Amino acid sequence: MKIAVCISAVPDTTSKINFVENNTVFDREGVQFVINPNDEFGLTRAVWFKEKNQAEITVINVGLSDTEAILRKAIAIGADHAVRINANPTDSAYVAGQLGSYLKQHNFDLIITGKESIDFNGGMVHGMLAEMLNIEVVHACTSLEIENNKAEIAREIDGGTEHLSCDLPLIISGQKGLVEESDLKIPNMRGIMTARKKVIEVIEAEDIDCKTADTAFEKPSKKAEVELIDAENLDELIQKLHKEAKVI
Amino acid sequence: MGILIVLESEKGQLKSNSGELLSYGKALGNFMATDVFALSINCSAQSSVEKYGVSKAIEVHSEHLQSFNAKNYADCVAEVSRKLNCDIIVVSSSTNAKYMSGILAQKLQASYTNNIVDLPIEKSPFTVKRSVYSNKAFAHTELNAAVKILGLTKNSFGQTLEQTETKTESLEVTTSSSSALEIKGQDTLEGQVSIADADVVVSGGRGLKGPENWNMIEDLAEVLGAATACSKPVSDMGWRPHSEHVGQTGKPVASNLYIAIGISGAIQHLAGVSSSKVKVVINTDAEAPFVKAADYAVIGDAFEVVPQLIEKLKAFKIQNG
Ligand SMILES: Cc1cc2nc3c(=O)[nH]c(=O)nc-3n(C[C@H](O)[C@H](O)[C@H](O)COP(=O)(O)OP(=O)(O)OC[C@H]3O[C@@H](n4cnc5c(N)ncnc54)[C@H](O)[C@@H]3O)c2cc1C
Repeated sequence: MKIAVCISAVPDTTSKINFVENNTVFDREGVQFVINPNDEFGLTRAVWFKEKNQAEITVINVGLSDTEAILRKAIAIGADHAVRINANPTDSAYVAGQLGSYLKQHNFDLIITGKESIDFNGGMVHGMLAEMLNIEVVHACTSLEIENNKAEIAREIDGGTEHLSCDLPLIISGQKGLVEESDLKIPNMRGIMTARKKVIEVIEAEDIDCKTADTAFEKPSKKAEVELIDAENLDELIQKLHKEAKVI
Repeated sequence: MGILIVLESEKGQLKSNSGELLSYGKALGNFMATDVFALSINCSAQSSVEKYGVSKAIEVHSEHLQSFNAKNYADCVAEVSRKLNCDIIVVSSSTNAKYMSGILAQKLQASYTNNIVDLPIEKSPFTVKRSVYSNKAFAHTELNAAVKILGLTKNSFGQTLEQTETKTESLEVTTSSSSALEIKGQDTLEGQVSIADADVVVSGGRGLKGPENWNMIEDLAEVLGAATACSKPVSDMGWRPHSEHVGQTGKPVASNLYIAIGISGAIQHLAGVSSSKVKVVINTDAEAPFVKAADYAVIGDAFEVVPQLIEKLKAFKIQNG
């Protein structure tokens, strides 16, 4: 089984989000970039398939040379090949277009993305790929088993879970549940050495139009001071929620 | 020119997010000075659509669209939008809408952004405000393709009632039901509200000490008609199911009221719940980060405060019908 895992580099979840150049550019100063958490759950599931039935894993990232650290981490935790499409990932349609043109030329049985990246929260790359490559897609997967070329999948729906099955090839977008938090891998010495030696394949980007452009950013406005309510006077809380906030 | 609002239904009933989608679509129609259509699939929507001022309802009835299949639904929406000549499509932020919309965007070569929080900032270039960095910031985003898909964040716009006379038209679509995806079944929370649909969410953290103490969280949720949620470590430790994990790496919460009990308010937790309108914190520690981020805070022991709050809310309910 050949698996492609599409990974993006995002600011670590503890990052302070700030902007520079008159609020038009994300401030990378002091920000650590990591594999998008949703992608990492998918990657870790792929590694599980590798350990269980010799799947071969290619990780792909659309990014400039500064994202190679996350590709090396992916190799260190078990990916066999790493591909970087050399371009600034400007919008989802652009990224999906770049990935799609690579994926079209290589026959993968399973393509994994994250359900969304935690920076732009687009959540559309896998859907676009499905349409481009004309294969099925399942969004927000929380479980994936594959036996004899057939996938058994659970996906999140609002208020529950849906169970599906599908023959490969297939695209899924992953999240926690595909593997548990405790299954996430910390690279060991051997992995780190392998990753250091591995040649990352760099591909030049195609000419693809963006469909959206972020022209400015703003931070949420300061909220009003918190109102402290005495634990002995919960009636006050109920009255405030009822009369002031009008939420009960 | 025209705006197509894509309504969602479940078992023939419109979903509760429809009022807000219709209100947004109607206001967008005024803003753009163009026609607005409300599409419902296998569901009659007239009585809701006319309450929110949208005068054209489009119904598609097809046995091929009985259960949700993202590709087939995208085909249907694409076909309807072409037939009606709509260049703006409004969708919700539900899991299914997000599933469908990436496919739809590619099909129509459209510009799509989700997590939109307001009416467009500008008509030309068409620019919207959307939340990014998991609610830690907003972006002004230009959509420059001819067709635009707007995903609206739940509870960002609200509902505006405006009675009108609505004409309903049925449209035939050529959508097939073919798919390699086979639905085996669903597990749903019978009789419980989901975090995505809930107006009120009651959430518990590590401060509750163990899964055996969740009775009071469930009781509080029951009095309020709320969904239950939890912080990440609580689901990681298996005290509660993963489906209840909220935050940057879990589910987003955009309820009217979010009650955080024994949750410290780590940056990843706050990011995911900050779109909630009103936040109440119950915590022993007045210095917990969540206290500053909340609207109301009760500094006290959850094991004393919550049972009292439940009793008082019950009394309040009786008084206020
Ligand atoms: C990559 C990454 C992603 C993450 N994503 C998320 C996410 O999506 N969602 C999320 O929630 N977390 C996330 N986290 C974890 C986050 O950093 C915090 O560790 C977590 O939110 C803390 O959970 P908590 O508030 O329940 O526990 P704690 O931080 O331990 O807080 C417990 C709180 O309970 C209070 N307390 C104790 N006893 C009582 C009592 N008797 N009555 C009332 N209050 C009491 C304490 O004062 C304290 O404030 C993420 C972390 C990482 C590294």
